Amino acid sequence: MTYIDPHIHMVSRTTDDYQRMALAGCVAITEPAFWAGFDRSSPQGFYDYFTLLTSTEPARAAQYGIAHHCWICINPKEAEDPGFARDVLKLVPEFLDKPNVLGVGEIGLNKNSKNELAILEEQIAIAAQHNQLILVHTPHLEDKKKGTRLIMDAIEANASIDPGRVLIDHVEEHTVRMVLDRGFWAGMTLYPETKCTPKRAVDIFETHGTERLWINSAGDWGPSDPLAVPKCRQEMKRRGHDDATIDLVSFGNPNAFLSQSPNFKTTLS
Amino acid sequence: MPSPPDPSRTAKKTAAQLLNLDFLENRAKVIDLAAFLDRLDRASDGLDAADADFRARELRRALAILLEHGPDRASRVLDALSDPTEEPIDAAPGKGATGAWPGKGGA
Repeated sequence: MTYIDPHIHMVSRTTDDYQRMALAGCVAITEPAFWAGFDRSSPQGFYDYFTLLTSTEPARAAQYGIAHHCWICINPKEAEDPGFARDVLKLVPEFLDKPNVLGVGEIGLNKNSKNELAILEEQIAIAAQHNQLILVHTPHLEDKKKGTRLIMDAIEANASIDPGRVLIDHVEEHTVRMVLDRGFWAGMTLYPETKCTPKRAVDIFETHGTERLWINSAGDWGPSDPLAVPKCRQEMKRRGHDDATIDLVSFGNPNAFLSQSPNFKTTLS
Repeated sequence: MPSPPDPSRTAKKTAAQLLNLDFLENRAKVIDLAAFLDRLDRASDGLDAADADFRARELRRALAILLEHGPDRASRVLDALSDPTEEPIDAAPGKGATGAWPGKGGA
C-alpha cells in the first residue's frame, strides 16, 4: 500500500518520523507554511523558514524515499498586524518559483478578525496573480463554522479563482457539506482531540461520499500523529470498506488535486 | 455538484457488528464524561462553581443533544459549541480557542 499525507509539518517532527511514515507506505507529503508556536520577530524569520521548507526538508524526506512539497504564505495567527504581514507577503513570490512549491497556503482565518480577513484577501489575490493552488486553514473549535463561511465568501469574491483548485482543510461534520456544495475540495485532519478522529472521518465518508475529500495528519508540534493516515486506512478496513475506496481517499484524491500543480510528484526524480 | 447528505446512507456493518467493534470504547467514554461532571461537582470552590463558567454550561447543553432523535448528532453538537455570529470581529483577542462560544460579551 502507498499513501500521501497532504498536510504535515515535518519541521516539527523528527527524522525517525520520516522513517516510520516511509515504512507505513508514505510516498509523498505536502507541508504548508504555519505558525511555529511563537510569533517570528521579523520578516527575515519567515525568509529562513521558507528556505527550510524549500531546501532542507526535501533533502531530509528524500533520505527515506518520500517526495516533499510545500506551500508558502503567512499563516493567519501572525496576520493580525497587517504591516508586518505585508512585509512577509513581499517575500512570497520569490518562493513560489521553487521546484517543490505547490501553491499558497495554509492561508485562512484564526479568530475571524478584520485584519486576518484583509491579509487573507491579499493572499488570495497573490494566488490568482501567480495561478497557484490554494490550501486553506479553517479556524479552530468554536470559530470554525463562522470562519469557514467567511473564507469561502472571500475566495468566491475573487472571480479568477476556480474552487476546484482550492482545498479547504480541517472540515468536520458541521462544515464538510457546505464546503463540498460550493465546489471546493475538503480535507479532514485526523487529530486525537481538537479536529476529526479516524473513526469520525470514516463516518463522514459514509455519509457524504468520497468525492473531493481527503485525509491528513497535520502532524506538528502539538498533540498529533504522523501515522494518522495509515491508521485511518486501518479503521476503514475494520469498518468493511474495500481497498479501492481506501486507496481513493488516501492516495487517489490527494494525487488528483495536487497534480493540478506541475511540481507535484509521487516518486523522487 | 455532489448529492446532498443522505442520512440513510448505511454503514458497511450491522448494528451488532458495530456494537462488537466499538461498544466498550464508547461505554468508557460515557463513564469518563460522568466522572468529569462528578469532578466538577467536587471542585474546591463549591458544587455550583462550574455553572458560572460558560464552558460547563455549553457542555451540558451539548450533552442533551446526544439523547435527541434524528441524524447528524455530531454536527448538531458542533453547532451548539460554535460562534453563531456572521461578521468578522474588530480585533483578535488572542490566538487560542476554548471549544465553546462564550457569547457576545465574551468569557
